[in-house]
Amino acid sequence: MADIQNLRTSAETGLSNLFEAARKGFASEEAIAREEAFRFFEAAGLPSRRVEAFKYTDLRAAMKEAVPPAEAPSPEVAQAAVASAKGFAGLDAARLTFVNGHLIRPLSDLDGLPAGLTVTPLNDAMGKGDARLRLLAPVEQARENPVFQLNTAFLADGALISVAPGTKIERALHLRFVGTGSEGFSTATRVLVDLGAGAELTLLESHEGPDDITYQPNDALDVRVGMQAVFRHARLNREGKAAIALSTISVRLDDEARLETVNLVTGAVLSRHQIFMHVAGENVNAVVNGAAMLGDGQLADSTLLADHAAVGGVGREMFKTVIDGDATGVFQGKIIVRQAAQQTDGKMKSDCLLLSDEGQMMNKPELEIFADDVACGHGATCGAPDEDLLFYLMARGLPRAVAESLLVQAFIGEAVESVSHEGARAALIGEIEAWLAARA
Amino acid sequence: MLEIKNLVVQIEDNRILNGLNLTVNDGEVAAIMGPNGSGKSTLSYVIAGKEDYEVLDGEILLDGQNVLEMAADERAAAGIFLAFQYPLEIPGVGTMTFLKACLNAQRKARGEAEISTPDFIRKVNAAADKLEINKEMLKRALNVGFSGGEKKRMEILQMALLEPKFCVLDETDSGLDIDALRIVSEGVNALRAQGRSFLVITHYQRLLNHIVPDTVHVMSKGQIVKTGGKDLALELEASGYAEYRTNEAA
Repeated sequence: MADIQNLRTSAETGLSNLFEAARKGFASEEAIAREEAFRFFEAAGLPSRRVEAFKYTDLRAAMKEAVPPAEAPSPEVAQAAVASAKGFAGLDAARLTFVNGHLIRPLSDLDGLPAGLTVTPLNDAMGKGDARLRLLAPVEQARENPVFQLNTAFLADGALISVAPGTKIERALHLRFVGTGSEGFSTATRVLVDLGAGAELTLLESHEGPDDITYQPNDALDVRVGMQAVFRHARLNREGKAAIALSTISVRLDDEARLETVNLVTGAVLSRHQIFMHVAGENVNAVVNGAAMLGDGQLADSTLLADHAAVGGVGREMFKTVIDGDATGVFQGKIIVRQAAQQTDGKMKSDCLLLSDEGQMMNKPELEIFADDVACGHGATCGAPDEDLLFYLMARGLPRAVAESLLVQAFIGEAVESVSHEGARAALIGEIEAWLAARA
Repeated sequence: MLEIKNLVVQIEDNRILNGLNLTVNDGEVAAIMGPNGSGKSTLSYVIAGKEDYEVLDGEILLDGQNVLEMAADERAAAGIFLAFQYPLEIPGVGTMTFLKACLNAQRKARGEAEISTPDFIRKVNAAADKLEINKEMLKRALNVGFSGGEKKRMEILQMALLEPKFCVLDETDSGLDIDALRIVSEGVNALRAQGRSFLVITHYQRLLNHIVPDTVHVMSKGQIVKTGGKDLALELEASGYAEYRTNEAA
């Protein structure tokens, strides 16, 4: 019999050692969850391309070494890192600042928040065995996912955000994640959001860090959108050039809830953004979009699971990828419509614009439908900018590069047009323009 | 203004223009008529600089300068404008954004300053009013969801804004109803001036009732085979292109 232990990679052994070292510090409330998560993770190890869900994003090959969890930075280091942060900077918003995965309280608006909005540092909530933590258990598929298991096992910090029933929070809440340092590190954060019935919240997330070190953020967002509540979410990944950035959103939608989420990726050498959407209530409306603009050496993976378990849900999923150099885009999208989810209306689309001959796009759309009265569809396209459109623009005086940029912007812009928050939308368009300007 | 000498063009080994010669003088409106497949649209694309075509021989001189060396955008900045037979829809690109980008790109290429936003808006509104273009249309993505007539009016609006020297109208009358034909023709006629010439490509004489040409050329098998005054168009309308098709077969 072969000894399975011998097949473990250096990174996997390293993760086991790191977990062993960390477990001494675990508080009792969450120790069981961590132990369980790591046990499941350890049994299968880092997912390689032999695992269907990671076929195009081989974490086993990409994560060569386990890097130690980051220590909480000093106030000076945190202040300096935040001073140069650009994601959603200058936008009027309440802010929670995380540096190297640790909530920096002096740089966070924990007090003076509008009535009905409460933010509790996750460490405080866990220490007190906060009952809300149980309510926010992620959807099943997220729990079974190795990226989420690692997040749970090594969870270092985060926040618990609650919006009281019927409360509409006008001002956006910005989660600002900044990495800093001169050696590789890993982070694991969890932000839990609980929107009461009829509540409304706009949550912005920006993720960035240094270009010259390989750091590994693993961030999870776990959201429960109550009856008739509205959750708007815009996420910006402008991580450093060598980062391996893993992220998971787990969201549960109750009756007539509305979800709007978009993730724009320009950063990280490898990123995987996983969305697990559970339609638990009737007549929900969900817009789930993604956009990625990738250059040489980058890989960005968007993996979506839309699980419709209740009647009348409307889902619109649009993913756009622009590929330059030898970058790779990955889209895996699956819509499940369970037998009870009659009259589900789900449309999923992934489009890719290839600006080079060396780039590649992997599209894997799936539908699994058990109900008989539904309207569901998916589509995937891939192609170079249209020469006829380029000629039309050039014949009006636009140089080829400008014409191409205009077409790219129009292509990718469609995925961020759905962002309701005007400032966030403008900021995302600004990121798109900056990417195009840097390419020119 | 524009002089084409012995132009020979092929696409994928298929010879389309066979030593075409044509001169359009300053301020002149020249019409080109001819049967299907005679190379009219190819001529318009080659003048504007579409890359699919291979120019084997000849010259296209705009005020003495050979434009064949220039990319499409450089030709536009030099004053060449092609009103497309089928204007393209560009989802995601706002009409106003597009118009301003074009105007400023051409100004930049000519070493001029960018147009100010108030001046730009005034200019667009004035041109849009003349062409009976609804302001709502200007707020939409370029040509997306526009009717055939609206697209053609948008082409003429672009022409009015960009103030080119040499305008090629490729079957601008196709897909237009009588009212749209009148509006578009009036738009073109308003732009007729010294320092600006037109090459009007059409199958039918009816457009030339509205845009009255100074000269009419008949094109067949990639060459200009007959040149005359505006009455030549009426003759063609009466006799058809049979004579020229026979020539083709010969």
